[in-house]
Amino acid sequence: MEIGAYSFGDTQLNPDGSQRETSEAVRNLFEAIVHADVAGLDYFGIGEHHTTSMPASSPGAIVAAAAAATKQIKLGSAASIISTDDPVRVFQQFATADAISGGGRIEITAGRGSSVETFPLFGYDLGDYDELYAQKLDLLMTINNSAAPEVTWSGSRRPAIADLAVVPRPASGRLPIWLATGGNAGSSARAGQLGLPVSFGIIGGAPHRFAPLAELYRRSAAQAGHAGPEIQVSVAALGLVAPTKQEALERFYPGWRNLNVEMGRLRGWPAPDKRAFLAQADAPGAYYVGDPDEVAERIVHLHGHLGHMRHFLQTDIGGLPHEHLLESITLLAAEVKPRVTRLLSRK
Amino acid sequence: MELGVIGILGAGRVGTAVARQALKAGYRVRIATAKSADEIALLAEIITPGAEAVDAAEAAAADLVVVAVPLHKYRTLRPDLLAGRTVVDAMNYWAQTDGVIADFDDDARGSSEVIQEFLAGARLVKSLNHIGYRELEVDGREAGSADRRALALASDDDDAKAKVAGFIDRLGYDPIDAGPLSAGRLFQPGTAIFNAAHTAEQLRGLLAEANEPALP
Repeated sequence: MEIGAYSFGDTQLNPDGSQRETSEAVRNLFEAIVHADVAGLDYFGIGEHHTTSMPASSPGAIVAAAAAATKQIKLGSAASIISTDDPVRVFQQFATADAISGGGRIEITAGRGSSVETFPLFGYDLGDYDELYAQKLDLLMTINNSAAPEVTWSGSRRPAIADLAVVPRPASGRLPIWLATGGNAGSSARAGQLGLPVSFGIIGGAPHRFAPLAELYRRSAAQAGHAGPEIQVSVAALGLVAPTKQEALERFYPGWRNLNVEMGRLRGWPAPDKRAFLAQADAPGAYYVGDPDEVAERIVHLHGHLGHMRHFLQTDIGGLPHEHLLESITLLAAEVKPRVTRLLSRK
Repeated sequence: MELGVIGILGAGRVGTAVARQALKAGYRVRIATAKSADEIALLAEIITPGAEAVDAAEAAAADLVVVAVPLHKYRTLRPDLLAGRTVVDAMNYWAQTDGVIADFDDDARGSSEVIQEFLAGARLVKSLNHIGYRELEVDGREAGSADRRALALASDDDDAKAKVAGFIDRLGYDPIDAGPLSAGRLFQPGTAIFNAAHTAEQLRGLLAEANEPALP
């Protein structure tokens, strides 16, 4: 089982609650990735968000920088909002990072995004939401699956490409392309039909309720004749590891609260409820907040339901002090991962 | 007594949660999407075990139809199939989350009133929209439970409203009559009712409060 982290960038807060620089947040994110590589974490996923509190808008740029500064960690987007991006550019950026990394460490995760802020930002029509996603994904896969650098593609939501080179090519021929979904059954089935690995974003409720979705994904893949090593499941979730459960709760709650206050202001939600937070922060809740023993046990418990091969946590939300992110990453790599490996080997 | 057949249009998070809760309550359930029955057979088998995957026309012919498609796709619904049917509109217009849709943003009416105009002839009831899809399968309680959660219903058709009230009750919730379809505005996104769980007494209080004329 791979253990990892992901981040949308997290702008730090001043003592008076005002936001610090977004550029600092990007430097912090870069530092966290390098730290994760040294600590021995398996995977780091980046962005894409376009807000002042979460400014990791350009996963390709951060992944390329991190590719040069790291040695072993796998790097990817989490996720690239391909509906409103150009798949040719996304592929080129990640293939470039792949070359710089030495090859074999760079992945793309394609998703719709959890909000629609990229549509007005890049000038796309929300009425095209489904068509854009389907066609851009098709183009991205066409480029990735092409045996030669020259690609031919046509569709109605992007100009056609007639036998034009898309370079560089990845060192190993292709990049892993994952499909991200928040638990929609149709999307899970589609990932299987396309033969792509699926990444479930589980941000609330009991994670094991995703078991039928994982089954639907695998059976849809089998039905479509996909049986290779690419048929696999990963889980992205919220969480923080600290030396003790109490410290983990105390560190994670303020940022969780800040994020929910901000979302509430934007979306008309009521004030966040600490009881709801605490319920989610204990098994079988969605937040992997705890000491290394608890987090490892809960990951292994979920593995019994989903059979996932990677579990990665988003920790830095709502202005979490940077040092708490770094310590959580250290504990994930040094304490949680060996426990998960040991517990799984006993099964 | 034989319970009726529930037809569900939409197999997203809301549609599949309603399907499972209805199955649990003892209903027969047919589920459909814009795709053919064959294409969603595996989905229904695994995600809503016991529900029958059907074409949209067959789901629309059920005793009670729940519409739970993404709102921006409402024009893919077939008004001819739903005319004369009791239809629960579980959809929401939530611009901050799902983006601006001109048909709803440029209109002062509630989203269900716009849907009713499009689905002319359908006996539309707005309900099931102000409970989260994850909560729907968890919060249900036996009738009479002190902590039983209440769900509002708004419709211009009293018979349809009564029928849906029976359905809501069987799903595990106290049905509360909010009034005509225009009263659906009182439990849309952004309202106090939409934002939290309420008992019958609390929900009646919030509806009465919202209905009070503003002081001059």
